[in-house]
This record gives sequence, C-alpha cells and structure tokens, in this order.
Amino acid sequence: MTVAVDFKNVDIVFGADQAGSLAMIDKGATRAEILEKTGNVLGCADASLTVHEGEISVLMGLSGSGKSTLLRAVNRLNVVSRGQVLVKDGDKIVDVVTCDEPTLRRLRQKQVAMVFQQFGLLPWRTVEENVGLGLELAGVPDAERKERVHKQLKLVNLDQWSKKYAHELSGGMQQRVGLARAFATEAPILLMDEPFSALDPLIRTKLQDELLQLQAELKKTIIFVSHDLEEALKIGSHITIMEGGRIVQTGAPEDIVLRPANDYVRDFIANVNPLSVLTAWNVMRDRRDLEHGDNGWVWLDRRKTTRFKIDDHGLVAAAERDGKPAVWVSCADVETQSEEAAQVFWATPGTSLKTVMLAMHRSQTAPVALFDDQSRFVGAIGIRDVLSAVLRR
Amino acid sequence: MDPISKFMVDHKIPIGAWGKSFFGFLTDNFDTIFRAFSNGLNFILDGLVNLLLLVPPVLLALVIAVIAWLLQRSRPLAIGVFLGLIFIINQNLWKQTVQTLVLVVAAAAMAMAIGVPLGIWAAHKPKVYRIMLPVLDLMQTLPTFVYLIPVLTLFGLGNAPGLIVTIIFVIPTAVRLTHLGVVSVPKSIIEAGEAFGATKSQLLWKVELPSALPTIMAGLTQSIMLSLSMVVFAALIGAGGLGTEINRALGSRRIDLGLEAGLAIVVLAIVLDRMTRIGVGGKK
Repeated sequence: MTVAVDFKNVDIVFGADQAGSLAMIDKGATRAEILEKTGNVLGCADASLTVHEGEISVLMGLSGSGKSTLLRAVNRLNVVSRGQVLVKDGDKIVDVVTCDEPTLRRLRQKQVAMVFQQFGLLPWRTVEENVGLGLELAGVPDAERKERVHKQLKLVNLDQWSKKYAHELSGGMQQRVGLARAFATEAPILLMDEPFSALDPLIRTKLQDELLQLQAELKKTIIFVSHDLEEALKIGSHITIMEGGRIVQTGAPEDIVLRPANDYVRDFIANVNPLSVLTAWNVMRDRRDLEHGDNGWVWLDRRKTTRFKIDDHGLVAAAERDGKPAVWVSCADVETQSEEAAQVFWATPGTSLKTVMLAMHRSQTAPVALFDDQSRFVGAIGIRDVLSAVLRR
Repeated sequence: MDPISKFMVDHKIPIGAWGKSFFGFLTDNFDTIFRAFSNGLNFILDGLVNLLLLVPPVLLALVIAVIAWLLQRSRPLAIGVFLGLIFIINQNLWKQTVQTLVLVVAAAAMAMAIGVPLGIWAAHKPKVYRIMLPVLDLMQTLPTFVYLIPVLTLFGLGNAPGLIVTIIFVIPTAVRLTHLGVVSVPKSIIEAGEAFGATKSQLLWKVELPSALPTIMAGLTQSIMLSLSMVVFAALIGAGGLGTEINRALGSRRIDLGLEAGLAIVVLAIVLDRMTRIGVGGKK
C-alpha cells in the first residue's frame, strides 16, 4: 500500500518560546505544565501516524486533544514546530513543513482539499461559484471550471440549487456544497475537520452514508477528525485516539473497541454499541481451542449441543445437533430460513456480530460456525462468546 | 499666582511657536508648490461645477434620479430623489447645491481612495494600526477651526483648501470602517481561501474585500455625511456653496435664508445617504 500522508514526530506549539516548549515536550511535560512555564499552548506532541492511500483515517479525541491541530498540519494551516509531514505529490513526496510557498500553494490547489466544520462558504457567492473556488484560485479556465463544477454538483445532488446563495441553503446542503468544493479540485487527499458535527443527527447520518458511497467510487485518501466514536467506527478504516496533544492509541476500529490502551480510551468506548463494530472474527473461538472428540468430531460449544465432523481438507463432512444429524446453512440466508431445530448457521469472518446474534436467535441459541472463503472450518461462536464480547468481560 | 504655577508658566513649552515656525518654514520655502497645487485643484473643482451648471437644472436632477435608480433599483427612492432636488431648484439654491455636491463627492472619493488602502494595511498589520490610531484620533478631535488656519496660510482661499480640510476630517472614518470590515472577516472563510491555495492578493480580492464590502460601503456613506457636515466650516475659508449661504445668514441674522439653505443641506444629505447605502432597495 502506498503512503499518502506520513506524520513523523510532529510537535506543534502555539506561542513565542518554541525552543523552551520543545525542550519541555522532550522531557514529557503535559500541556498544563508547558502553559504555566512558557505561556505557550501545546498543540500536539511527538505525533507519528501513517495514512495509506484510499484509507479513511479518523483522528479522535475530546475537544482540545490536538486532533484538528494535527489535521491542519497537512496543508500547513497550522505551522509545525518540529518534525515532518510528508505528503504524496504525484510520484514525489513533499515535506509540507519545509516546502516553499509556491509548492505549498500547488499542494493546496491540486493535492489536498479540505472540508470545514463551519462549512467556510463565501456567503456572497452562489453555490456554483463556491464550488468553483478552488479551481478559480488555481487558474482553471472558465469553460473547464463550469463543466467540473456542474459534474460535482450533480454528484452531491445540488445541481438545481447552483444559482442559489450559500446562506439560502440548509446546513446539510451547505456542507454538501463544502464537499463538492473539495471534490471539484480532484485532489486525491481530503482533510475533513469535524465536517458533520454542526448538523443535526439525522442529516449527519445521511451525509456519512453519502460520504461512504462517494468514497467507494472516488477512492480518496481521507483524514477525518471527529469527537464522535460512533461516527469514527462507522466511517473509519483506521482510528487514532488523541489526548492532551498526544496519540494514545492507533489501530483498526475493532482493535480500539476490543483492546483499549488505557482508561481514556475505555471511557470513550464505554457508550459505544459493540454491535456496530464487532464482526464474527473478533469474537470467535479458534478451532484449535475447541474441544475435539473422536474421528474428527469437534464440539462447537461448551455445552456440547452441537458438533461438526471435519475432513482432512478442513471441510465439514457432517453435523449433529442434540445427537441428531443437522444441516449447515449460511448466515446470509438467515432471514429467509424457516425455523428448523436441526440447522446450524455458519458465518464468514467479516459477518457482523449482529447477524451472528440473529442466527443464534433463529436457531434456538445454537452456536454459529465460522468458515473461511474456501469453506474451511476456522472456529465457532457460542452464546457465551457473544455475551462476553458485548459486555466486554 | 503661586510660585509653582508661576515657575511652570515661565517655562512654557513653546508648542504654538514651534507650529508657527514650522508652517512659516513651509510657506517660506514651498509656497509656490502649495499655491500651484491649490490653483490646479481650484481649477478642476470650478471646472466641474461650471460643467454641471451648463446642464439645465431639471435635467440634471433627472439624471441624478436615474443614477439613484441604477444604484438601488427602487422606484420610490428615485422619485424621492427627484422631488428633493426639485425642491432645491424651487428654493433658488441650485448653483450653491451643485458647488456643495461637487465638493462633498470629491472629498468623500478622495478620502476613500486614501482611507481604504490605509485601512487594509492597518488590518493586516496590527502594529501599524496601533501607530495610526492616535493620529486618527487627533485628526478627528482637533477642533476644525484649528486646522483651518494653517491650511488657509498654505493654500489660500477657495474651494481647494475647503476640500483639503474636509478630506483630513473624513479620512479617519474611511480608515476605521475599512479596518473594522477587514478584521471582522470570519476566520473560517479566510482559512477556506488559504486551504484552497489562494495567494495573498487572491485572498484580499476574492475573500477579504467582498466580505468587508458592506462595512466599507458604510464607510463611504459616513464619509459623505461627514463631508456635508464640514460644508459650513469649509465655507469660512472660501469654499462656495450652501455653507456660504448659511454663514451669510448667520452674519446678517437672516432666519429665512438660514432655514432655506439648511433645509437644502438636509435634502442633499438624505439623497446622498439613500443613494449610497447598501440594502435600501431589493439588493442584498
């Protein structure tokens, strides 16, 4: 995977005494200590993070945790005090911290676009003039600009609003204009600074879905700042949690939920619904940990209600439930299956925990088997595994 | 007199004398330049007035009404402007009104031409503004009569010194309102401009000035109103127009003449204010 943005030991300090503050950062001083001693505000300290191409990397934290500060280092809206921010620029890599003004302007016009929490639309301009801003600043000729703007407006379903003024639109529509403005530059990297926080919950969910749809098509590299873990888990392929200017944990969404690094992260995930993140893979017991019987029989659950006979290729040869032969069916068909006692559902590692639970519900709490993409048996989920994952015990 | 006060008075700081010798130095050495400048300015202003007076008054009133309509797209406003000007013609004050109009418009335009760039500069450089601020305060609070004297000695009598005094008095307003407009541009839209790669001048022309425009236009309206308020003072050093009539009325205690000229100024003020104010008509 190609690296799109690479933060290397980034320190950001706001204030006059940069050297003094950096020395204190090296000694591990907290934000409060630095403020008291130097009068400077610590934006973020020793942040290292790699963002790969095509990924949605979410920066999470409470307000003041430094997440926006770090994001804004990518297009140098915030000046980095020390460290490197490497941004992919075609087939070159540019260090935004040290590059000259023309290079920075070209990056901002062509490589890195941004979406703001307060939309940042120009109220005296119409929707189409707002969407064309980036192209206009980059000197794109009128005809081409009109065409690209129109294409973007169509993409976000605003084409019949193009002649309206920005302030005549609702919040959700204004942010669609903000999105279109960012997409119009065709920049491969997108910075989104709490773009949906100012919207009401229903509109927020809708725009999240739209973003995911667009992303499936456009495959941008997105760095997304959010203080809402549900949102982060929903759209993020990678999540980084920040506290007091420092990164406390970074990883895949289910890593964060299943293995929080400290109490701060644990507090964060306390109110998150695990069903929206966890998959069958996260909760299963590996086949090697299951209880094996004779002749290749394996018990799927601790209560010994259900067992599979596994052949030499790892495929299921026979199934038995409560001592009677049973059939095994895919979880994908759980909605259409009639409720028979003698069936065992199987899932793939990516199946959501919610579907697994539904399958258990339909089969009178029978365990659910896990098959890999070649239908080999890899593990099983019993009701206790589900309960402990949901309760985080 | 007590000894301390006497001591202080005996050692009076000769500010007046310094000022006098400074202006004496200017008149002694650069008199021809100032006079030439003054004559040139008088020539232009008088020329403009004479040009406008060539036009039949009713036709000129109609033209101004049409301009009002073009600026504000409001028919009641255009009709009001026309009726106001007809009233002035009816009062037989048309010539004086045109003189005043030229002076006021020229002063406001010059004040904006100087004040707006200064205001933008001050908004971008807080240090510059800090130095500028006391100077602006001085220009606005120093009683007008005080700087009538040196302007009179440098430029002589006529429209030109009147114009210069008015510009000095009005510039601070243009600077202040431009400064206010530019510093109040929301940070979010400045950042949007920066994030999409605007150069400094693109940021100024495409983001800051459009956003500050309503405030700058308020500055223009204010400049015109303040210029009008200076008309009577400017008349004291020979600027023609409605101010001269009022001074004459004061000198000869003619209530009727004072009332007529005073009302003409009010009408002119309302006309100019409504024509330049943003948001009077349907436009946003």
